Amino acid sequence: MEEKKPVVEMRSIRKVFLDVIANRDIDFSLYRGEVCSLLGENGAGKTTLMNVLFGYYALDGGEIYIKGEKVNLSSPKDAIDKGIGMIHQHFTLVPSQSVLENIIIGAAVEKGLFLDFKSAGERVVRLGEEFGLLINPDVKVWTLSVGEQQKVEILKALYRDVDILIMDEPTAVLAPKEIIELFKTLKALVKRGKSVVFISHKLNEVMEISDRIVVLRNGGVTAERKTSETNIRELANLMVGRDILEKLDRKNMIPGKPVLEIENLSVLNEKGLKAVKDLNLVVHKNEIVGVAGVSGNGQTELSESLFGIREPVSGVVKVNGKKVKKGNPAAAIDMGMGRIPEDRIETGLLMDLSVEENIILENHLKHGFQKYGLMNFNRIHEFSDKLIKDYKIKTAGSDIAAKSLSGGNLQKVILARELSGQPSVVIASQPTRGLDVGAMEYIHERLLEERDRGAGIMLISEDLDEVFTLSDRIVVMYEGEIIGEAGSGTASKEQIGLWMSGVKK
Amino acid sequence: MIRIRIIRRAPLPNWARIAIPVIAIIVTLILAAIPILIAGGNLWKSYYYLFYGALGTRFNILETFVKSSPLIFTGLAVAFAFRAKFWNIGAEGQLLAGAIAATWIGISFPGVPAFILLPVVLTGGFIAGGAWAAVPALLKTKLKVDDVVTTLLLNYVMMHIMGALLFGPLQQPGSSWPRSPEIVAAAKYPILLARSRFHMGIPLAFIAVFILWFINKRTVLGYQTKAVGVNIRAADFGGINTTAVILKTALISGGLAGLAGVGEVCGIQYHLLMDLSPGYGYSGIVIAMLGNLHPVGVMFSAFFFSVIIVGAQTMSRITGVPVYISEVIQGMALIIMLIAILFTEYKIKVAKR
Repeated sequence: MEEKKPVVEMRSIRKVFLDVIANRDIDFSLYRGEVCSLLGENGAGKTTLMNVLFGYYALDGGEIYIKGEKVNLSSPKDAIDKGIGMIHQHFTLVPSQSVLENIIIGAAVEKGLFLDFKSAGERVVRLGEEFGLLINPDVKVWTLSVGEQQKVEILKALYRDVDILIMDEPTAVLAPKEIIELFKTLKALVKRGKSVVFISHKLNEVMEISDRIVVLRNGGVTAERKTSETNIRELANLMVGRDILEKLDRKNMIPGKPVLEIENLSVLNEKGLKAVKDLNLVVHKNEIVGVAGVSGNGQTELSESLFGIREPVSGVVKVNGKKVKKGNPAAAIDMGMGRIPEDRIETGLLMDLSVEENIILENHLKHGFQKYGLMNFNRIHEFSDKLIKDYKIKTAGSDIAAKSLSGGNLQKVILARELSGQPSVVIASQPTRGLDVGAMEYIHERLLEERDRGAGIMLISEDLDEVFTLSDRIVVMYEGEIIGEAGSGTASKEQIGLWMSGVKK
Repeated sequence: MIRIRIIRRAPLPNWARIAIPVIAIIVTLILAAIPILIAGGNLWKSYYYLFYGALGTRFNILETFVKSSPLIFTGLAVAFAFRAKFWNIGAEGQLLAGAIAATWIGISFPGVPAFILLPVVLTGGFIAGGAWAAVPALLKTKLKVDDVVTTLLLNYVMMHIMGALLFGPLQQPGSSWPRSPEIVAAAKYPILLARSRFHMGIPLAFIAVFILWFINKRTVLGYQTKAVGVNIRAADFGGINTTAVILKTALISGGLAGLAGVGEVCGIQYHLLMDLSPGYGYSGIVIAMLGNLHPVGVMFSAFFFSVIIVGAQTMSRITGVPVYISEVIQGMALIIMLIAILFTEYKIKVAKR
């Protein structure tokens, strides 16, 4: 491979945002017919580097060569013209339009006054067959699942004759089955001579899909490895600069009395269909119950009904033996429930408000934070500063807007708010989704500490490793029901996997 | 080839938040030269009389203050509602509701002394305006009806209710004009400065600015309205009763607009008339935007507007430029401020290659 000429060569790339150096003199090459992974924690500079290559950010220093020719990319259009395509984490599709309309937008062939839909449609189908991206071009995008929408994005790039495809954390939004399909597509792409940059912080995925791995940390390249010559442990070291505790230090505890009892709970989804069906589950003191399952099997609706933001149609939820008022977030908080929502930004945080205003959200009426309707800012500062220290939240101050914090620190803000009241029940929904290894480890430790303190924890997660590492007991949700249950000592990944796919034993 | 791109910029320092409306006003005045010239006015003379008319004499200055009172109230009303993303376009109707209540109280209780009647008139006007704003707030929270549409349309409903009253029970006996009887002397705002119309409603408006600033900055309600405005889903998740917050916001917002109406009846006209308000409620929207939804900003932008409105009359009388120029300037101010707000978050980058 060393003899081959690279299709992309980036030399001494430098990119600075205000006073943050996102890329410090990075050299990066990509060869024909390979999947190259860019591995690194959130904020390591992976996405920035690729946004530079995609013409999305202007360079602050360095040079880019594509197929040996020096280029000056001042917009994504330039990059696409040079054969570079990028698929962002957030898709750029028009939901109300058809797949075909989305694909040909801006690249349509005109036939007189009209667009040539027929030949475009045929071409899309041909591309789909070639790369395993079978999607009916006539359906509206809003009817598609996230995985299918991603296929449309890939088709959109291929339609533009792209031969270098950048994918920014493509698996973050996908279910396990969809990930397998994506990997098949990527392999088909490189087989036909295309090159793929795969941005990720998930070690096992990187090991599985890539031919070569470039590790970034703090805006610089720390290492480059052929996948065949490295392993997860070494990559983890390179990525975070220290060993990851693969096994957390966990004490054995005997579960106590029930703290959360869910009886015959049924919840509807947006379409009015039963997403949770007569579900029964008990969580005890000093116990973590992991709820595993493929996304879309009722976990979101279950957690939202426990949080009080979605009213269940029937059933009872008890905390410490007392019934919780339905559909009332304040009641859930008052009963001693710590709630970590899966969508931190949309549900959990007030991004335009300050860190402290987020921290006091749930108890701004209590703790002497107010008197006669007037806020006591001295108390609020004191309380927030203490939590910022206790939870190691990286922020320039308690009065800084939440939106300036990184993902891991935002989750710590939620954690601080939810756990500072020493809840007897903690519902954690996808608590580490999208977070880097450092933040993930911290959150795992915190959840274990809460268990040891005496909380009963319900951990809803699609990350099987997380469920296995943390749980004392594992249940699997399938189509709104609990299909299987096992103690974490006795559960095998194979059995859990079977349950997740709907196979009863 | 030159490419122009719009990119997000870093948050601006505080001084820029003050500088930007000032720059917007200067740009407005420069651009306003175009319609003035088209209308055949002499530019320097026109601007001279615009400012002379508003600020040139003691009487003119006091008239500008008189004009600023209803504008401050409606500006505050809209700003407070918008902060919670309750899109109250209905300050005009709420103003009229307040005016009707003030008139009704003002003609119904002869013999009651002013120190009792004035607080009752103020309270009544506030409640009437608040209640009229509560209607769309309830529709929004209970039935998810769009508040822009309902608040706007209810303006016309209130206008016609007022018309029906002025041709019916509130009509001055023996008159064929749509005009109420004069309110009793005890319900009239005291005139605070001799040889002027400088009435009690003016200091009240400035007190309202302070109270609203205090509510926003220091109170639980201020925190809750901000939280609801920023992310209603997260506010709900955090246990805030968002329905109650929106209702309270509507009551205060509508109440402030109602006080604008009370001031026009009890401070200026002493009667209820069909053309009581030349669109103060709509001007309030522009004033709130120009003031960045901040009470102090609203105060300054309302004052700027009254300078334009009062000054335009003198300018028109002397130079012949139609008095409607003041509305053109108001509209320009809004558009330019909206553009300026855009530039507080984005900047244009020109790349040559």
